[in-house]
Amino acid sequence: MAGNAWRSMVYQVIGALKRPLIGSKPFSRGIQTVTLIPGDGIGPEISSAVMKIFEAAKAPIGWEERNVTAIKGPGGKWMIPLDAKESMDKSKIGLKGPLKTPIAAGHPSMNLLLRKTFDLYANVRPCVSIEGYKTPYTDVDLVTIRENTEGEYSGIEHVIVEGVVQSIKLITEDASRRIAEYAFEYARNNQRSSVTAVHKANIMRMSDGLFLRKCREVAENFKDIKFTEMYLDTVCLNMVQDPTQFDVLVMPNLYGDILSDLCAGLIGGLGVTPSGNIGANGVAIFESVHGTAPDIAGLDMANPTALLLSAVMMLRHMGLHGYGKKIEAACFDTIRDKKVLTKDLGGNSKCSEFTAEICRRVQDMD
Amino acid sequence: MAASSAVLSMSKLLKPIWGRQLANSAKIYGATLTSHREKSSSYVSDYPPPAKYGGRHTVTLIPGDGIGPELLNHVRELFRFSCVPVDFEVVNVNSSLTTEDDIDNAITAIRRNGVALKGNIETNHTMPPAHKSRNNLLRTSLDLYANVMHCQSLPGVQTRHKNIDIMIIRENTEGEYSSLEHESVSGVVECLKIITRNNSLRIAEYAFKLAREKGRRRVTAVHKANIMKLGDGLFLQCCREVASGYPDITFDSMIVDNTTMQLVSKPEQFDVMVMPNLYGNVVSNVCAGLVGGPGLVPGANYGRDYAVFETATRNTGKSIANRNIANPTAMLLASCMMLDHLKLYDYATMIRNAVLSTMNVTRLHTADIGGQGTTSEVVQSIMRNIQSKGPLTTEL
Repeated sequence: MAGNAWRSMVYQVIGALKRPLIGSKPFSRGIQTVTLIPGDGIGPEISSAVMKIFEAAKAPIGWEERNVTAIKGPGGKWMIPLDAKESMDKSKIGLKGPLKTPIAAGHPSMNLLLRKTFDLYANVRPCVSIEGYKTPYTDVDLVTIRENTEGEYSGIEHVIVEGVVQSIKLITEDASRRIAEYAFEYARNNQRSSVTAVHKANIMRMSDGLFLRKCREVAENFKDIKFTEMYLDTVCLNMVQDPTQFDVLVMPNLYGDILSDLCAGLIGGLGVTPSGNIGANGVAIFESVHGTAPDIAGLDMANPTALLLSAVMMLRHMGLHGYGKKIEAACFDTIRDKKVLTKDLGGNSKCSEFTAEICRRVQDMD
Repeated sequence: MAASSAVLSMSKLLKPIWGRQLANSAKIYGATLTSHREKSSSYVSDYPPPAKYGGRHTVTLIPGDGIGPELLNHVRELFRFSCVPVDFEVVNVNSSLTTEDDIDNAITAIRRNGVALKGNIETNHTMPPAHKSRNNLLRTSLDLYANVMHCQSLPGVQTRHKNIDIMIIRENTEGEYSSLEHESVSGVVECLKIITRNNSLRIAEYAFKLAREKGRRRVTAVHKANIMKLGDGLFLQCCREVASGYPDITFDSMIVDNTTMQLVSKPEQFDVMVMPNLYGNVVSNVCAGLVGGPGLVPGANYGRDYAVFETATRNTGKSIANRNIANPTAMLLASCMMLDHLKLYDYATMIRNAVLSTMNVTRLHTADIGGQGTTSEVVQSIMRNIQSKGPLTTEL
């Protein structure tokens, strides 16, 4: 126990010495601290790419790198390392790269641990078509807001008799109200005109009925935003035919999982989709949702777009809209030009070249 | 006591006298008896004999709500025009009533006839939870365990993706649609999702048998077993067990969110897909949207003894009802599937070819696929097509 604390203190001191000067003064010139979790696989490469671009844009962000590999705390419960938790509690904002899900390590996935530790109840995924990255769908501009704590993913399953399994889907009033309130506030803050609740209340009368009732109640307080409800199957049907009819979608856990990935597929996949997780007490962790891609880790071939766009989302959340716009524009311009693109976007440049191009554009904008 | 023993001894005495005659008649009866037995055993592997009398079949027709009644009227009109030997027994189900008498009548009618063609019955979800979805009641009472949908790109319809040819087999009775919900504490609702080994084996068996019959190479199971380890894990395990009995067909599995992502970017990679109830709902609607919309794809619900045919995406279409703009293709193709089921293959092929040629050659489209035609115009065009290819006019 004492050994761990001593070791983490030593690492922090070494980290502070190693950190570049611009980020190591958290209290001067209004620099805001952000906890950075590089992750595994291509995580470290894309995290350093994002840091470089932020440096080029002169964004007032101070990075605190932390590792979140689960450790066994007192009482045998798995938890994230103490220094990571302290850093997040202090800074309230986090940026996370892809984390490896261990198969036989005995502890649950890191994403689940983070979600439980910080009560990340809302997963927000804005899906905007990227000009220059061609998909069969153009003009997609919607946001999926997914309840992240309960629903079908409560993990409560039993074997009743041999050969019969039941899974429990849990819907509570509080969680439904919370997510609905977040959805409407997000719509208001981001100038969105309508919120659509996605449900299957014709079949799951009580559970989705409760979710819908709460959404309707919250909609009463936000009269400036149009509220509609639509069945899940109708949404899927219309989404693949005409995605422009949707604006903000709010839904329980399972439907949100499927729909958010569907929308990511519309704009080009997980490699270009940003995502944010909002928690209680003002905590927010922004992440890239793709995998760790161990086959290209360390080869300078990774595409940092997803993490970069998530970082832009983070800037907007923090109120630094100017910097966010600048970096986003540089990124989109680079992709639109098609001269320097990583392999998954259709080019054959390296990750470092792509990053350098974006940095150049950002600097040119000043 | 004595009397019975006396009768017995009498019968013993009489045996040689009556014996030969009885034996002869027994032989005759025995012959017919065994032949009856053989005939009845052949029905075990097929469906029970359809309601057929005088060469004409009787099929239950449930108009439903929204666009159901008008589309089914067109089906009846077309069948009358083409002299299809099918009579419809119409059973109306009023979706606004709370008693279940209507739907019970419909279920009895389907049990009587064995085959049904239906429109979607609307479910008002503001009613209390005791008022179950009528469509769901029908499916579970008749144990229609397999929902089969065949999505094919039609050359005459403009879509973003081409070359789609996916068969979707969806478990139709259990899973998330078990309608078992309760409020354990005020403000906390639990909904049960049931997965059983028997039903999973049954649907997997159906999927692989259908794949083999149609000459398909690959079956993909769609699941979320990384999260719902026991439930979907059981489903996946059953699929794997059945797959081992079909070595000529490749089996793989895919998580449902990845599946939807792949479907919108590269739908050509999928061949046959099998999945539990809710994922089936999502995936079938996505595929229907990819090939051109809800007006184009027919669906069939098969059980061991009964079969019910309807449109694949089960929409009531309230907003376009009675305006003569609905697309009749899905319902007409569903009625062709029904004719195939009744073994009236010639009629089925005739109507199907006429429908597809109106769609692909004449290109008379309704509004949902970007055209200007009305429903009646499309049906008239189909009838003209049938007439021009019919046996009486080909010689002219």
